[in-house]
Amino acid sequence: MSTATAPPSEAPVKAARSARPTRSGRATGWARRAPLLPALVFMLVVTQLPFLATVVYSLRSWNLLRPDSQAWVGLANYAAVFTDRQFLGAAANTVLVTASCVVVAMLLGIGLALLLDRRFWGRGVVRTLVITPFLVLPVATALLWKHIMFEPVFGLVNFVLSPLGVDTFDWVSQMPVFSVVVALVWQWTPFMMLLVLAGLQSQNTDALEAAQVDGASKRQIFVWITLPHLRRYIELGVLLGSVYVVNTFDTIYMMTQGGPGTASANLPFYVYQRTFLGFDIGQSAAMGVVVVVGTIIVAMLALRLIFRTFMNAQEARS
Amino acid sequence: MTAPAPGRTADTVSATTRTPRIRRGATTRAGGTVLTALTWVIGLLFVSPVLWLVLTAFKEENQAATDPPTLFFQPTLDRFATVLGADFLPYLGNSAIATLASTLLVLVLGLPAAYALSVAPVKRTQDVLFFFISTKMLPVVAVVVPIYVAAAHLSMLDNVWTLVVLYTAMNLPIAVWMLRSFFLEVPAAIVEAARMEGAGLPRVLWSVMVPIMAPGIAATALICMIFSWNEFFFAVNLTAAQAATVPVFLTGFITSEGLFVAQLSAAVVMASLPIVVIGWTAQRQLVRGLSMGAVK
Repeated sequence: MSTATAPPSEAPVKAARSARPTRSGRATGWARRAPLLPALVFMLVVTQLPFLATVVYSLRSWNLLRPDSQAWVGLANYAAVFTDRQFLGAAANTVLVTASCVVVAMLLGIGLALLLDRRFWGRGVVRTLVITPFLVLPVATALLWKHIMFEPVFGLVNFVLSPLGVDTFDWVSQMPVFSVVVALVWQWTPFMMLLVLAGLQSQNTDALEAAQVDGASKRQIFVWITLPHLRRYIELGVLLGSVYVVNTFDTIYMMTQGGPGTASANLPFYVYQRTFLGFDIGQSAAMGVVVVVGTIIVAMLALRLIFRTFMNAQEARS
Repeated sequence: MTAPAPGRTADTVSATTRTPRIRRGATTRAGGTVLTALTWVIGLLFVSPVLWLVLTAFKEENQAATDPPTLFFQPTLDRFATVLGADFLPYLGNSAIATLASTLLVLVLGLPAAYALSVAPVKRTQDVLFFFISTKMLPVVAVVVPIYVAAAHLSMLDNVWTLVVLYTAMNLPIAVWMLRSFFLEVPAAIVEAARMEGAGLPRVLWSVMVPIMAPGIAATALICMIFSWNEFFFAVNLTAAQAATVPVFLTGFITSEGLFVAQLSAAVVMASLPIVVIGWTAQRQLVRGLSMGAVK
């Protein structure tokens, strides 16, 4: 800073910064990287350090209820995790809940988006109504479905189904995973709908009109022009949706507590139980590591796919 | 907003102002009316749980759980009064702090990072972006144990600022990703011109880019706010009486008061209202923000 001799009236800091790029390639590199550093360091400290700690914990026997019990146990925690039927069940539930929720929400979202893409009387009002489930607290959504919709005696679902002979069916305890998926689908459909709607509205109307003039049917236009255009939006929705739904905790905590037994527990809920109710730090940590490895394998495949289209699009732009 | 097409601004376009593109005669118009009615029915059906919830919040407790359900009744505000009487405001305050502070922090950290990744592409941009997105893939369960232990050591349990830090980390990846695509939208010529005039990087960011990107920044902030306000896992595990947020309030509400459906509905309405209203008023930004990542 002291090298900035006789700066005019400008602040020396600014003068130094703007001069930097001209000095050397290395300085330019750092000037470019500098704005990135705070965010990068923050993310490293808040996400990667704890993860490293998780790896360390996973090699130790450590129960918070027995503070003296700490010891290095090698891979024993991992052996325990892989032979834990409840863990494997929770893993299966996680895959089932995430996949079914994302797929169904996306299909419903596409349907709603197609309906809302037309211009019609009150479109703004209907869209406003339809996005509401995405904005409502997920904890509240779970309570709403459990105590108002799926309630056996007074619930709306059984009331609507009563002509079909459904009387006091207890959805949440009889079909816990299904009930959770219904609540999650309801919550995530507007998110998918918004993405697909954005895709539909960014369509090139010239191409659509040209196809119409050429005598293409509505179905042909949808399959050959609209769907390919929507692909990136759908992929993004599936990716973001999966990332969030895989971590679902609140819905299960509020609706089923993972029950009955551990029938509807997913991985976040099961690890929570082991950590905060069982206080078994070592095993919880091992589960966390296993979950991460599993997620990375799935995510890498998915991300590669997304990034390919993502980066191609960017190259096409420049 | 960059001057949207005139038709797009007014969503409630009356039938008379329809574009002349649709001129296929009476059958299409009748079909259009049917489709409109269908859209309304499906939309109302989809949102009916919320509508019913709001209705229930205005009921007396004995009208809330009846078979068949009660549709007509004398509305009352008593349930809302009870919720407010149950110390709702401190939770609201904590949620407001956690949401606003973390969103602000996300923007402070995310704007320069997104800028670096867009306008002046760092070598291996893709790697850095990939890193940011991949942290989003890191399941919370993989980090919660050490975070809990660390927070306990630092006496940061039950502290709202712990939530601020965690929510910032939770939202930063997606914010960087979105902001980067908004930065890509700013014409390079404008930035060049500003630099030629001798403006330094902070100046270019603050006086040139930020005003252009205001709608995009609003969209990013909105999405961060939704996710922070709604976050439950960290809130329920790392806070107790002092720093608990609104979602935690709802859990405590049931266990301490027993289950009263009307009262619960009123609590749910009040807990969700701030974000629902913000989301409604800014839905255009929401669409923009969500779709940017797909386009750019």
